[in-house]
Amino acid sequence: MTARERIAGNVAGYVDDRTGAAKWMKKNLTKVFPDHWSFLLGEICLYSFIILLLSGTFLTFWFDPSQREVIYDGGYQPLSGLKMSAAYASTLHISFEVRGGLLMRQIHHWAALIFMVGIVVHLLRVYFTGAFRKPREFNWIIGVGLLTLGIVEGFLGYSLPDDLLSGTGIRIAEAIIQALPLVGSYIAFFAFGGTFPGESFIPRIYTVHVLLLPGIFLALITVHLMLVWYQKHTQFPGPGRTEKNVVGYPLMPVYMAKAGGFFFIVFGVTAFLGAVASINPIWLYGPYTPGQISAGSQPDWYMGWLDGLVRMSPPLETHAFGHTISWNILIPGLILPGIMFTGLALYPFIESWATGDKREHHLLDRPRNTPNRTAIGVMALTFTVVALLNGGNDIIAQRFHLTINQMMWFSRIGVLVLPPIAFIITKRLCLSLQRADRDLVLHGRETGRLVRMPNGEFTEIHEPISAEKAWLLTSHEQIAPLELPEADNAGVRHPGALKNKLRNRISRATAVAVPKATETERRELEGHH
Amino acid sequence: MSNEIEPIKDPGLPAHVHRQADSDPIAARRAERQVAILFGLSAIGTLLLIFSYIFIKSDKYIFIPVIGETGAQQFGLGMGMAIALFCIGAGAIHWAKTLMPDEEVIAQRHEFRSDDEDRADFVKTVKAGASAAGLGRRPLIKRSLGAALGLAGLTPLLLLRDLGPLPKDNLQKTSWKAGTRLVTDPGDRPIRPEDLEVGAVAQTLPELAPGEERTLNNIGKDAVLLIRLRPEEFNLDAERLSWTHEGIIAFSKICSHMGCAVALYEQQTKHLLCPCHQSTFDVTRAAKVIFGPAARPLPQLAITVDANGYLVAKQPFTEPIGPSFWERSS
Repeated sequence: MTARERIAGNVAGYVDDRTGAAKWMKKNLTKVFPDHWSFLLGEICLYSFIILLLSGTFLTFWFDPSQREVIYDGGYQPLSGLKMSAAYASTLHISFEVRGGLLMRQIHHWAALIFMVGIVVHLLRVYFTGAFRKPREFNWIIGVGLLTLGIVEGFLGYSLPDDLLSGTGIRIAEAIIQALPLVGSYIAFFAFGGTFPGESFIPRIYTVHVLLLPGIFLALITVHLMLVWYQKHTQFPGPGRTEKNVVGYPLMPVYMAKAGGFFFIVFGVTAFLGAVASINPIWLYGPYTPGQISAGSQPDWYMGWLDGLVRMSPPLETHAFGHTISWNILIPGLILPGIMFTGLALYPFIESWATGDKREHHLLDRPRNTPNRTAIGVMALTFTVVALLNGGNDIIAQRFHLTINQMMWFSRIGVLVLPPIAFIITKRLCLSLQRADRDLVLHGRETGRLVRMPNGEFTEIHEPISAEKAWLLTSHEQIAPLELPEADNAGVRHPGALKNKLRNRISRATAVAVPKATETERRELEGHH
Repeated sequence: MSNEIEPIKDPGLPAHVHRQADSDPIAARRAERQVAILFGLSAIGTLLLIFSYIFIKSDKYIFIPVIGETGAQQFGLGMGMAIALFCIGAGAIHWAKTLMPDEEVIAQRHEFRSDDEDRADFVKTVKAGASAAGLGRRPLIKRSLGAALGLAGLTPLLLLRDLGPLPKDNLQKTSWKAGTRLVTDPGDRPIRPEDLEVGAVAQTLPELAPGEERTLNNIGKDAVLLIRLRPEEFNLDAERLSWTHEGIIAFSKICSHMGCAVALYEQQTKHLLCPCHQSTFDVTRAAKVIFGPAARPLPQLAITVDANGYLVAKQPFTEPIGPSFWERSS
């Protein structure tokens, strides 16, 4: 035994004497993690969250979250002598006088964008592969919570510097609060400590941004990861992979090295972006004043769809009995997002209700094999993308020489018409892909080699595909539609017949599929050839 | 042959294919060297970072192709950090992929559901615990506890009350009064009608009394836009026309939709456009909404001139300015 091994043994013994951790560690250090590039998306979120904590802590050492008015006398000449808030002045100080301050600001902002992109793409991966199914519904809901909080946290973050752009964003947030029926003006006055903009809002959202929300994030991320750990990761279908096993690499050492290395890669890429790609150059926007604005005001991308919905809203307001209800703000700003996020959070339960499938699932679906789910996802995505495009309608109109009116009418019509079209096309595409899979298994791969037969006929040689591939293309399950009773034998309507009828219908639509190829069919075809 | 349909069979996990480095010591040595080179590059990155921090002046700019002029210190710090971190990561992953075992392992899953006996025991324990507490048999305790908890829940709401004052009529009013002079922003100079040419726009605020300070709260409510047209270009009713002066018309600059500054004026079409959500207002028709999500025109301020020939407000705004709220009556 070398000295090093002896020391390691002593340390392990010391810890185990006091915690009894050896058994747990032994089991978990060799825990198996399946490998797939799309499983790295969640890791990107985790790592950019750590980068956000590190760079954010750095920024707090110099940032002064105060709306106290100061006269700027720092190093950036164009703003010299201007009145501004201490928050804006200290952000300029970080950007121009603190060595590495601008780098950290840019890393922080880039990491926030990567965090949000990571969450959204991770969510799409989980959705389209059906990883949210039993037993992982809790984790899906936590994920939707993290997405929602991430949007709020990002918005508060870019509001802190108190520049002209971020102040405009706060003004819009204030208008949304103020539009709430009954309590709106009260909540707005409480939030802002009086009239907008006041001097209280930035100190308050600072506490929320650096303490309250990061605390909630830490708690939720911890539970999210513990559940992944405890429930074991899902895996893609393939030869040797079943609902009962996990095929992959052990945590120690391979996965530790890969995951740890990947953290440094994400950090390195973020640092590279912070070094070369300018983001949120607040010194160009100037300090906030409610009387001014710059053309082309845009929120960060994860808020863009919300802004796009507000922009495309028709001018609807109700004035009655001495009161006003602003539908043009409430519908796009609160009601639609509420429906979208509630639907997202409840989707696992809706699907299992519709299909009647209450079993555990650990093998992922290929999106084509669940045409309804895939089509619903693409439909929701289309809606959001049209809204997002409209969030940049002024920039797009300018770049592509369109008018704002054309953009707005495209969005107003598109947001209603395109999602159903996307649903139909996606569903057809999924079924076509299923058909292609079936053909591939039954007839083999097209080799591109043409052969002329003695009778003059040309045919292409097909080669059978490998046993592994054939298994991959046929291993999925095809669930039969539900047949819930709508009437009993005597033709009398059952209690709950309407609900059963609805479920039967949805489950029939869900079960539409091209029958997958079987060994029997394959053999028969061989016989013919 | 039976009539049963036979599905395609699972061929099982494919056989492991060894990497070059597993069998060839030269390839393994090469991989080892590559990993070490990556870690070495990382060290060079950190050295670049240290050098930039200490020796590059913060006001030095360099030209980098594609990016353009950029701060040399910021670029050196960032690139140093990027190289240092990225190469550690790349080295670790290369190490894992080439030299660490790459044989896939299989672990078994177990159903999460406990067996029936445990579940029944669990239910029994809960029931026993609940009946020992006796909440069901003692409705007085149950109800009084519920009421106490509910009341205690009000505490945080109550304590948050002092976050701000009540709105009262604050949202309804601005600083404009009859006779308040319009002054330029910036500059605080009073304006005569002849200072504005036809087609000109001016951003104005109410004149401050001596010793008064201008706050952002005031600007957020008081900002007014002056626009001069030819009087015959207006398409207004008699009352609104009387609110203009020699073709000069004044509107609140705070958007009636969500409160952004309506700052874009198109001289040709005489449209005002809010850059936030593209609500468009027709100046000739008292800022009527002709496009976009805003539901109300911008409030118009009645103006005239005082004895010295300076523009003044004829009366306060006749309606609240800015975005809508519940207590707004029109």
